Amino acid sequence: MNDVLLRLEGITKRYGSLAANDDVALTVRRGEIHAVLGENGAGKSTLMKVIYGVTRPDAGEVLWKGAPVSMRNPAEARTLGIGMVFQHFSLFETMTVAENISMALPDSPRDLAPRIREAGARLGLPVDPDAPVHALSVGERQRVEIIRCLLQDPDLIIMDEPTAVLSPSAVPALFETLRRIAGEGRAIIFISHKLEEIRALCHTATIMRGGKVVATVDPTATTADDLARLMIGSALPHPVRPPRELSPKPALTVDDLVLPAADPFAMALDHIALKVHPGEIVGIAGVSGNGQAELVRVLSGETRLPSQEAPRVRLEESSVGDLGPRDRRRMGLAFVPEERLGRGAVPQLSLADNAYLTAAGLGLSTRGFIRFAAVKAFAESLIAGNDVRCSGPDAPARSLSGGNLQKFIVGREMALAPKVLIVSQPTWGVDVGAAAAIRQRLVDMAGKGAAILVISDELDEILETADRLHVIFRGRLSPSVPATVDRDRIGLAMAGDFAALAAVAPDRSLAHA
Amino acid sequence: MTATLVFILSGMLAAATPMLFAALGESVAERSGVLNLSVEGMMATGAAFAFAVATLSGSHTLGFLAGGTAAALLSLVFAALVLVFHANQVAAGLAIGVLGLGVSAFAGNRFEGAAIAKPPSLDIPGLSDLPVVGPILFSHDAMVYLGILLVPVVALVFTRTKLGLSIRAVGENPEAARAIGTPVLGIRLGCVLFGGFMAGLGGAHLSIAYTALWAEGLVAGRGWIAVALVVFGSWLPFRIALGAYVFGAISLMELSVQGLGLAIPSQLLSASPYIVTILVLAAISRDQTRLRLTRPLSLGKPFRGQA
Amino acid sequence: MLEARTAPSRATLVAVPAIAVALTLLCGFLLFTAIGSPPEKVAYAFFVQPFASVGAIGEVLLKTGPLLLVAQGLAIGYRADIWNIGAEGQLIVGAICASVLAIAFETSTSPFLLPAMILAGAAGGAAWAGIAALLRVRFGASEILTTFMLSSVALQLLYFLVTGPLKDPMGFNFPQSVMFGDAALFAPLIPGTRANTSLLMGLAATLVAWVFMARTTAGFRLMVGGLAPAAARYAGFSQTRAIWIGLLAGGACAGLAGVGEVAGPLGMLQRTLSPGYGFAAIIVAFLGGLNPIGIVFAALVMAVIYVGGDYAVVSAGVPNASATILQGFLLVFYLAASLLFTHRIRWRKAAVAEGSAP
Repeated sequence: MNDVLLRLEGITKRYGSLAANDDVALTVRRGEIHAVLGENGAGKSTLMKVIYGVTRPDAGEVLWKGAPVSMRNPAEARTLGIGMVFQHFSLFETMTVAENISMALPDSPRDLAPRIREAGARLGLPVDPDAPVHALSVGERQRVEIIRCLLQDPDLIIMDEPTAVLSPSAVPALFETLRRIAGEGRAIIFISHKLEEIRALCHTATIMRGGKVVATVDPTATTADDLARLMIGSALPHPVRPPRELSPKPALTVDDLVLPAADPFAMALDHIALKVHPGEIVGIAGVSGNGQAELVRVLSGETRLPSQEAPRVRLEESSVGDLGPRDRRRMGLAFVPEERLGRGAVPQLSLADNAYLTAAGLGLSTRGFIRFAAVKAFAESLIAGNDVRCSGPDAPARSLSGGNLQKFIVGREMALAPKVLIVSQPTWGVDVGAAAAIRQRLVDMAGKGAAILVISDELDEILETADRLHVIFRGRLSPSVPATVDRDRIGLAMAGDFAALAAVAPDRSLAHA
Repeated sequence: MTATLVFILSGMLAAATPMLFAALGESVAERSGVLNLSVEGMMATGAAFAFAVATLSGSHTLGFLAGGTAAALLSLVFAALVLVFHANQVAAGLAIGVLGLGVSAFAGNRFEGAAIAKPPSLDIPGLSDLPVVGPILFSHDAMVYLGILLVPVVALVFTRTKLGLSIRAVGENPEAARAIGTPVLGIRLGCVLFGGFMAGLGGAHLSIAYTALWAEGLVAGRGWIAVALVVFGSWLPFRIALGAYVFGAISLMELSVQGLGLAIPSQLLSASPYIVTILVLAAISRDQTRLRLTRPLSLGKPFRGQA
Repeated sequence: MLEARTAPSRATLVAVPAIAVALTLLCGFLLFTAIGSPPEKVAYAFFVQPFASVGAIGEVLLKTGPLLLVAQGLAIGYRADIWNIGAEGQLIVGAICASVLAIAFETSTSPFLLPAMILAGAAGGAAWAGIAALLRVRFGASEILTTFMLSSVALQLLYFLVTGPLKDPMGFNFPQSVMFGDAALFAPLIPGTRANTSLLMGLAATLVAWVFMARTTAGFRLMVGGLAPAAARYAGFSQTRAIWIGLLAGGACAGLAGVGEVAGPLGMLQRTLSPGYGFAAIIVAFLGGLNPIGIVFAALVMAVIYVGGDYAVVSAGVPNASATILQGFLLVFYLAASLLFTHRIRWRKAAVAEGSAP
């Protein structure tokens, strides 16, 4: 068969003692949509770096159209005909669409404009070449990325978690586009950990675990449970939810919150209202970039409201909208931000120092002086109590894996025994084991009477942990609905159609107590 | 009074030229994301080498080239510190600034207090004889005109060329620029060297054309004002040029006010460019939202290549 | 080959400044030799003369005082990412404020005059830096630029005062004030030298800075703000407060150094107050790793460079600018060597982790 486009044989890549890729083999044919499936740390991204010329393997061979190749950098990969669409877009906000695309091509923005329109029409990716990128939605930006990649006429396109930035209802359109692209004789490597999407789209799935290929299967003929077992070596864990007592008085209330955008790259908040009661978990679902970051900062106190608007955010009975994070923390509001390194923790500082970051109020200081022994003991208790794998309280935060650092941060915020805990992207980039542990701890904590607000791009995560959920879209928040609602309706709401949720009877006992 | 005005306006273009060159160069470096605070030291080095070479060779052209090259070499050391050694950009700028002042004093040691002939002024036939307008606009040395010419050129590079797009891209988001194959470090290096060369030309104009003498400390804060001008002009060439000419005029007020015999302490006049800089900086910075639109987003942040 | 360190190494805390000093001396030596200064005289001036007599050691300590004081103050700000580069101006204003008292009470013998001058100097320096803090907090104006500009303004203010209001009326029109009375002067610390209380203030500042940075919550907050601003916002550490603390600490220390000069070796207010202590202290702060203890050693090294440079000008004929150029070398080499804080050198070539950037 001479339709084999890419063949990898025996690819091995080590980082120190860790084998990120261990004897990996992969074959991709023309016209094929090929899934590479695995959880965080399974070796997917290392493998893609090898294919895209970012990294050179320690051993093994890359065969491109039958001939061995050795790429030194992504530019060489592109010359061969390998393109990539990144999960975190490499677009420039201050430039127009055409200017962005021209960066990767020899042509001028003006010459590219008609070609951008033509490719958009042919593949179902409408986009205005003259629009500035900062004015585009995340989905539109993805179209720009895909068009930029396609105008380079690649034979193989690597797509890194492309659905992570889309609302569920936008996914079918993307899949249709990808099928058309494959229909042109191009191959697509589709990286994902979402099993149903792979089953719906891909012709072949290569499953990785611990740096090795564990199986290559036909995903349409394999059940999601089997794929999951192959991916993580066991069935997907789900948190156990004990029954809970709900208090009628909300612990956190947001009342008609309006916040203008700080700059053209930000989202304005538009009459947001929500309540979280002690003992429940409320989720906020939505495609990222719809105001989650802005809302979270107002709730945590990183953005303060003017004092006359303080009552728009209330902690139990108290108005806290004009207070900073330290005051809110003292009053019982804790927060786990989505960026672990640089926000939730200082990368260069030790875990002990990072424990002190927000927990100074737990008797770790006297009259402004740090009690180092107490800080260290506290950090040790966090490490032991949350199964944080590290070399000890002196380990710098950046030396920990994402999952372990997240367990540390979540543990630290829970140690504050907050009345309200806000968690943004609790398990983003965290391996399945740590993610399951974190979700279980959230559920347990709600069971003990804390009010928990979970903001996540991953709908599955919210459906698994939350009792009720809101959908956020362009700075507006939908009314809350029970987390048992049909996924398709939530998907429509994530694309802006809040009316899709209106048909659902809201759970009055909770939402409007 | 008219004579004073003509004096200020005709001197303004020449007085502004050193700062204009330096500020335009610095703006290019900053738009690629590199804050180079060593402008003062680079200008001093450029001024000293230009003076030495022009004196020894008798050629102003060689002097300008020597000044630009010396400062560019200094900026190469700066580039090595921030691009290769990942040094903090502020600290590296201060380091190179001090080094540049020291180098200039060394290089200019033999020439302390010496004077040099000014380069010929390129009178534009017919126009330079016009009353009032003639001396203001049409009777300057070639570098003054080159400075004016560079303003639209730099503006066009940023708005109309691939190179300009690449520089803006690198200054906005170097990780993304690298991902699509833009040579981030190469572009930053080029922009820093350009900034150095321009600062050197500015210094050279100061020593061998505008004042036509060398003394240690000749630059006297103009490099820092150039850095401030980039902020005033919100990184846009035409606004930077406007700011440079305004400051050129302010620096001349000192001389003309004394000429008018007003009882203002000379020290207050000497301090006025700095005071005005502080006031304008406060006024401009007040509107952070507007600055954020033009400010290179990665300015001052290190780029470590593949993490 | 270079490899990223996973954990910081203690040895580099000493090795990095040592490498910087060694390379600076090497380059300086080559440079001075190249311009025709006799190498043995240059070496003698820098390595032997500063330690050759009690008087010379006294000169080193005399210069250590202000460098140490100013650098300790600046380092507090730098660790918080607050860039005060106008300590020279704050020093001048501190000196002016103290001098106004000394001149106004020229004939006083009160033991309170000197303490009052110290307070006035610290307050003056802090107030001058406070202008930059206010402009940053209220308007967002970059303190890097405003502190520098204020420094130039302070210099003009000094020129104005010593040629006008504070000029000695009997001083033959020299730009200087009257000589201070004894009650306004520091006594020498060691007889036969000019080293004075400025050094003690510097050591006291070291102790305070160390306790502040290493032991207190306020110091911890400043450090977090410098390392990870988003983490500081998240934790709720006020950036406004960090700006004020960072700038006022630097200004107060610089003001104290100014008092030390006018009430010490100068004994009056004059046109030339400081041989660039305010700028050299920036380098001292870095060379000391922004660490209060390290800064003590860095200040000594810088003082030796100053004193050795003075000797070298006289005995070996090096240009006056030698101190400036050596300072430049020192900071350049320090910043380059700082790569060793985060990376280590591996002599085996094999273990290169990642393909480098194109």
